[in-house]
Amino acid sequence: MRLLIAFALVLGLAGLAYLAGRARGNRMVTVAGGRMGAVHSRPVYHGAYVAVLALAPALLVLAGWGIVGEGLIEGQVLGSLSAAERPAPGNDSEALLNEVRGLVNGDLPQAFNPLAPRLAPVYAAARSNGDLLASALAVALLAMGGLWGWSRLRPDFRARNRVETQVRALLLVSSVVAILTTFGIVLSLIFESIRFFQLVSPVEFLTGLQWSPQTAIRADQVGSTGAFGAVPLFWGTIFIGAIIAMAVAIPLGLMSAIYLTQYADPRVRKWLKPILELLAGVPTVVYGFFAALTIAPLVRSFAVALGMTNASSDSALAAGLVMGVMIIPFVSSMADDSLAAVPRAMRDGSLAMGATPSETVKKVLVPAALPGIMGGVLLAVSRAIGETMIVVMAAGLAANLTANPFSSVTTVTTQIVALLTGDQEFDSAKTLSAFALGLVLFVMTLVLNIYALAVVKRYREAYE
Amino acid sequence: MATLAAPAAPIAERQPTDWTTQAMRSRIAARYRAERNFRRLGAAALVIAASFLAFLLFTIVRDGWTGFQRTETRIEVQFDAATLGVDPAAVAGPQGQALLARADYQALLLKAAEQLGPADDTLSDAAWMELREALMDNPALLGKRASLWVPVRSSIDLLAKGKYDLAAPAESRGVTDREVSDWRWLEGKGLLRTGFNTTFLFGADSTEPELAGIGGAALGSLLTLAVTIAIAFPLGVFSAVWLEEFAPKGRLADIIELSINNLAAVPSIIFGLLGLAFFLNFAGMPRSAPLVGGITLALMIMPVIVIASRVAIKAVPPSIRDAALGIGASPIQVVFHHVLPLALPGIMTGTIIGIARALGETAPLLLIGMRAFVTDVPQGFTSPATVLPMQVFLWSDDVQRGFVEKTSAAIMVLMLVLIAMNSLAIYLRNRFERRW
Amino acid sequence: MNQNPAIGHNTVPKMTARDVNVFYGQKQAIKNVSIDVSAEHVTAFIGPSGCGKSTFLRCLNRMNDTVDGARVEGRIELDGQDVYASGMDVVQLRARVGMVFQKPNPFPKSIYENVAYGPRLHGLARSKTDMDEIVESALKRAGLWDEAKDRLNESGTAMSGGQQQRLCIARAIAVDPEVILMDEPCSALDPIATARIEELIDELRGRYAIVIVTHNMQQAARVSQKTAFFHLGTLVEYDDTSAIFTNPKATRTKDYITGRYG
Repeated sequence: MRLLIAFALVLGLAGLAYLAGRARGNRMVTVAGGRMGAVHSRPVYHGAYVAVLALAPALLVLAGWGIVGEGLIEGQVLGSLSAAERPAPGNDSEALLNEVRGLVNGDLPQAFNPLAPRLAPVYAAARSNGDLLASALAVALLAMGGLWGWSRLRPDFRARNRVETQVRALLLVSSVVAILTTFGIVLSLIFESIRFFQLVSPVEFLTGLQWSPQTAIRADQVGSTGAFGAVPLFWGTIFIGAIIAMAVAIPLGLMSAIYLTQYADPRVRKWLKPILELLAGVPTVVYGFFAALTIAPLVRSFAVALGMTNASSDSALAAGLVMGVMIIPFVSSMADDSLAAVPRAMRDGSLAMGATPSETVKKVLVPAALPGIMGGVLLAVSRAIGETMIVVMAAGLAANLTANPFSSVTTVTTQIVALLTGDQEFDSAKTLSAFALGLVLFVMTLVLNIYALAVVKRYREAYE
Repeated sequence: MATLAAPAAPIAERQPTDWTTQAMRSRIAARYRAERNFRRLGAAALVIAASFLAFLLFTIVRDGWTGFQRTETRIEVQFDAATLGVDPAAVAGPQGQALLARADYQALLLKAAEQLGPADDTLSDAAWMELREALMDNPALLGKRASLWVPVRSSIDLLAKGKYDLAAPAESRGVTDREVSDWRWLEGKGLLRTGFNTTFLFGADSTEPELAGIGGAALGSLLTLAVTIAIAFPLGVFSAVWLEEFAPKGRLADIIELSINNLAAVPSIIFGLLGLAFFLNFAGMPRSAPLVGGITLALMIMPVIVIASRVAIKAVPPSIRDAALGIGASPIQVVFHHVLPLALPGIMTGTIIGIARALGETAPLLLIGMRAFVTDVPQGFTSPATVLPMQVFLWSDDVQRGFVEKTSAAIMVLMLVLIAMNSLAIYLRNRFERRW
Repeated sequence: MNQNPAIGHNTVPKMTARDVNVFYGQKQAIKNVSIDVSAEHVTAFIGPSGCGKSTFLRCLNRMNDTVDGARVEGRIELDGQDVYASGMDVVQLRARVGMVFQKPNPFPKSIYENVAYGPRLHGLARSKTDMDEIVESALKRAGLWDEAKDRLNESGTAMSGGQQQRLCIARAIAVDPEVILMDEPCSALDPIATARIEELIDELRGRYAIVIVTHNMQQAARVSQKTAFFHLGTLVEYDDTSAIFTNPKATRTKDYITGRYG
């Protein structure tokens, strides 16, 4: 909250800096007799130049404090305790700090932990000192930057060029965020995975057939139980996402695309396409709810009607079916694009030979568009195996290695959610294994995507 | 004429094709049949996809529309000062409202419920709040009798809405004989009414279905999306501008482009892992907060905005840039004065689609703890909150029967907002799409 | 041009068109065109671009059906049968009236499969050897056999432009059509390839009724015996090629021939 005030203050001061710079620019124009070209840049650029020099360092300070501040305060608060009193890092510390925060903010009328009331003033002091220091530093830098910028303004000062260079730098920095995000993902996944692989061997993780992280809460159990064999998870992911879902999505998506592009009246197409796109816009949590509440019981009764006694109520089939429907618009639009990229001359050539439209589609268009369609299917697979909510809500948690669609399997994403929600110690092999699973998922989707995009690209180039 | 194309060997002569033979005719008929079947297959695929959507929407609306209603019963309440434990004289004083707020309405309700006879255990746990509201609105009621409508328990509510199959055997129908007889008694006395459920729209979460609302989650979504938009929109548009207009061909631009394309395809849950490992554990930012959720979603939808913006910027013809450059505008001025305004509809369309995606997203927020059970509306960007899709997820997990209709009703609200956003995007695309 | 002595002059027309009008939506592209196409001749349609000659050509095998919003009025007959009658089978019509397009458009399949495509569709081959025979004779007629016989399994798209166009002609010939429509078949080719196609057309003359659309008047003069001049969607003049080029009756034809516009 205080940080917000400091932020508003900094913005206000930067506004003042802008006005000051612009006023000076205006004065220079007046002095020069309002003659065009006597002052290199228009007054607004003088203002903007001063404002940027004032604002940038101050914002950096405030943002930096916002990100690392809480951590520093917590360190200081916990450091004020003697070693004997200090709670174990992880959950215990976090709980204590939460109570302290609650007391300071007034959300919590009374603390359960006897240490909390003692720490509350320490916390409050550390926070207000820190906020004050950061705000003061920000304002000081703002003043220095603003004054320095203001002092540089001259009629021949190239304020516009400077501002434009600064804007370009801003654009570049914005672009670099994408790289930083990628790095952040890779680093956090690898970092936590390495910690996991210090506890469990990668070979065991990647080839083991037993997955039961629940039994391996105590660190000394891990190696001996063999509880972290992720193969059943990989199988479940592929079974639901790449087999069942694709068995639904590929025929329906491809046929929809063919009907829309080859047969449908343009007016009909105008209505049908948004309906299909709506399927893609339904939040996955809605699909999950629908799969769990409506489709899963139907699938189970169907299995019972077939005479299966052990049909599961969270069957792979229910989750896969619904996921397949979710993927239909994706496959359909990729197929649509690929078919549209086949030159019209191909189609005309075939029709002029006396082929019917369906023969043209089957014998000329689809074979010609096949690389593009395959690329689209791979992208769809990558999306399906990364899909989370449907499987969390409709698939099971039991890691079975089975090809029976009516039994329950679990997936990588389901396990990540199961492992990381609820109250766990963050350092346990159990929670760390979620990051190893995340790393596998990331690599799998990345490889699929890069390969699929390359296939699609090569295909597009073939017809350009 | 030279015989350049003359065949080197004799050409086998064939009889001209006779199209009138029976075999040829039936062959053509078979081909047309195949054609019709193929066409029907295509239509069937679309019909299946559309009917799945229709079935989904139908079940949601069927289960959910009653979620917007709640059943209330009428009780006569004697606002007895002694039962309430307040001093009538003090209530008239300056501390009156505070005193009334703290009074013992539970006891008052317990007394009032006696008049319901056999059905005295049918009132909602929060029915006393209605009494408090009535008295605080009108302190003159103190010591007087009033007739009030108060909410009933979820089971009675569901009975009144006909959600149970009463013909089923008692053990499998999910409601006890006692509850059924209570409901019949109230119904017979004409003490029940079903009305619009404002608590559902504006209230926050609760453990009791009849008291649960989506207001808190909706506000949480709003706060989260505010952060998302504030970060993703400028970053996305700026990167698109840089990549399209200023990026020198080279390694850096390639890496950025590769990163964006890959981020666009990274599963959303991976962003949740990033948020957990980096923002929560490394940077020590607060759990369950809209701020962290917003940043995480912003990173997730930024590639969507970048890609849409690049397409829109690319569509602005070079002649416009040349014209502006030709009269002495700097490249930055060209971009901000000409290119961006012309590309804005396309950028907005992409942004709305990205925001709609962020609004419907659940998985990454699960990992950063935005599944907190929050019974109050969130206070700010750093206090614990939940979001609409997360509320759907939490309720769908609840074993209480009454949450089924609440879940479906929440989905209806979520879907309505999403459809409105997507329609806006489609409208913008059609309305402002310019063909050069 | 050398005249084939076997061709008589007073022959029954292979295709006739009467009062044909074509509309694309509201726009009329062809106005009241009536014409006879003889089986023994090569008939050339000439005229400035946008005059409707290609549009009219595409009416003859109903390829305009594939264009959204196109509407054809009037009567077009093949051997006395109404092409646009409801009983007319488009598939069969297009097998009997083959077409070669402006840009060579071989399918992305092998040379063999390109030629075999039509016979397979229409069930013309009874056996594998029969099909081999059809492919061989079609390629020979198209003058492509010597170049293609050793690479029948290579992709048709890997050939040169002129070879591709001859492959397309072979593809059209393989179903043994009665009429071959050629829509500016040489416009995407270099002069040498063009010369070969023109020779090929001359070879094929007499065996198939050939209609060729061209914007190149010299080409029309070289390959055709009958020429029709189209302008702004109307048929201005239709006569023996020699008559059109030496003694045009209409001034518009004369202006076009002499290069006033085009």
